[in-house]
Amino acid sequence: MSAARAVCIKVASFVIGDDFWRGIVSILAFLIFWEAGSRSHAWFGFAFPWVSQIPPPSAVLVELFKLVQELSFWMSAFLSTLRVFEGFFAAMLIGIPLGLAMAVSGTFYGVTFPVFEVLRPIPPLAWVPASIIFWPTQELSIAFVTFLGAFFTIVINVIGGAQAIDVRYFQAARSMGSSTWDVFRRIILPATLPSIVVGATVGVGITWAVVVAAEMISGGGSSGSGGGLGFFIWNSYVGGSYTQIVAGMISIGIAGYLSSAALRKIGKWMTPWISEG
Amino acid sequence: MDDALDFRRVKASQMNIQQMPQVSQFGSGSLAQAGSQITVSNVSRTYGAGDFAKQVVRDCSFTVDSGKLTVMIGPSGCGKSTLIRLLAGFERPSSGTITVDGKPVTGPGLDRLVVFQESALFPWMSTYDNIMFGPRARGEDTPEMRAFAEVLLRKVGLDGFRKKYPSQLSGGMQRRAELARSMINKPDIMMLDEPFRGLDSMTKRLMQEYYANLYEDFRRTTFFVTTDIDEAIYLADRILIMTNIPTQVRAVIDVDLPRPRHVVDINESDEANAIKMKALGLLHEEAMKSFARGSKAAADFVDAYSKRMVKD
Repeated sequence: MSAARAVCIKVASFVIGDDFWRGIVSILAFLIFWEAGSRSHAWFGFAFPWVSQIPPPSAVLVELFKLVQELSFWMSAFLSTLRVFEGFFAAMLIGIPLGLAMAVSGTFYGVTFPVFEVLRPIPPLAWVPASIIFWPTQELSIAFVTFLGAFFTIVINVIGGAQAIDVRYFQAARSMGSSTWDVFRRIILPATLPSIVVGATVGVGITWAVVVAAEMISGGGSSGSGGGLGFFIWNSYVGGSYTQIVAGMISIGIAGYLSSAALRKIGKWMTPWISEG
Repeated sequence: MDDALDFRRVKASQMNIQQMPQVSQFGSGSLAQAGSQITVSNVSRTYGAGDFAKQVVRDCSFTVDSGKLTVMIGPSGCGKSTLIRLLAGFERPSSGTITVDGKPVTGPGLDRLVVFQESALFPWMSTYDNIMFGPRARGEDTPEMRAFAEVLLRKVGLDGFRKKYPSQLSGGMQRRAELARSMINKPDIMMLDEPFRGLDSMTKRLMQEYYANLYEDFRRTTFFVTTDIDEAIYLADRILIMTNIPTQVRAVIDVDLPRPRHVVDINESDEANAIKMKALGLLHEEAMKSFARGSKAAADFVDAYSKRMVKD
């Protein structure tokens, strides 16, 4: 009962708060500018550069409304989400232990870091042709490119976080009788957790950027229901449906925002000691 | 946002003060026990090599007596923290030996615990988990240890803050939590490296009284480093006055003031004032030497201490 009340109060104070109304104003102003821009030829008699080429938000909204009733659109969104999660979780699964190992062991760091640093600047999209050759299925090659997008960011963040740990924490733990494993579990891991959260939040954003491009280039999956949101946008472009292009773009924006927001929430829950300031 | 933060801080420090009296009601007794003795003989420590070698500690010899509180005081930047690291075993001396009860120090050990300059509480653990860190690290999460943690929590006045993270505690509370975290391990020797530096003068005074009370209850061998002469005289059984860098023991002054001590008594004690004058004279000389060498820190030190000499 009191918990429900607390939630109500929280929502109410958010709605009353300045930030909420600023957000509303920001989005409305953006939509009005866009609408007026894309209808500028009809409304004002001259074409706004760039904006006038884009379908107006009202038309996009109508298109989106139609799309959300179609199974194939959800299938595309589902496929992209699946690839993002595959790549992202693989990157976490491999990246976090690798980053920790590199931070903890000087020898391992010395042996692996040069190779890592050479591979890191290669844009994930430059890997697309190679990964199509490497991997037996198209699905795997897209997932691999997605993985690369998050992988390097996560590893770099983990290394940075683990190397920045105050040496006094180790000294304190050691002099209180901690074993090496205990130091790892109760000092290094929690001390690196905030950096892992940052790496994951940034990484998932990159993953969305990469998955869409990879889908466009590789032509999507082999299934009849389309090959993800990237393929969906490309298909709309080829088919000449501009409202669908924009609707697809907006869906990706929303999906990316939702994944980052979810990760931030999970991160906050996992690092309760970091005060909100 | 900033206002809210300030408010929280003010509130915390008020609680700090309110909780002080409650703490001293706690008796001692069974917990008290003496510790080990540290002997430092002819210890030197040099950093770097060749032309870039910098000697920080030169031919230093002293003892930290069992169950006594030995305070080391010297100009800032003279190498006191280096000595703490050597005694703790985090670093090795370039020459000379450090022994604890006759056994040479070869690395960090459970018998010697360091309380660091600024808080080294683990930010990701609550006050209680921080205090229980040592016992858990050694697989001693027993009912007895938990009971001892309760005693310590009350003793340092953090009973109501057991679930708070260090970032939610005031500076003074953090220091007290850190004292409790060390005490629970029942170290033979406690080493404190300017533990109250950076606290405002009010909190610092309270912490000193507080710490004197803790020491008088437990009477562990204690090595306490400071730059504050009043703090040194108030706490010490023996004061080591250090020279400027490379540091050496300049003088040893025994402080035979009765315990338990109170700040007011110390201020009015002729003996304490005589010790203070003597110590300040020596420290002033040491600071002047480094001032002659052009050290900025030493210049500040001379400035501060010559003002105090006039005032006193």
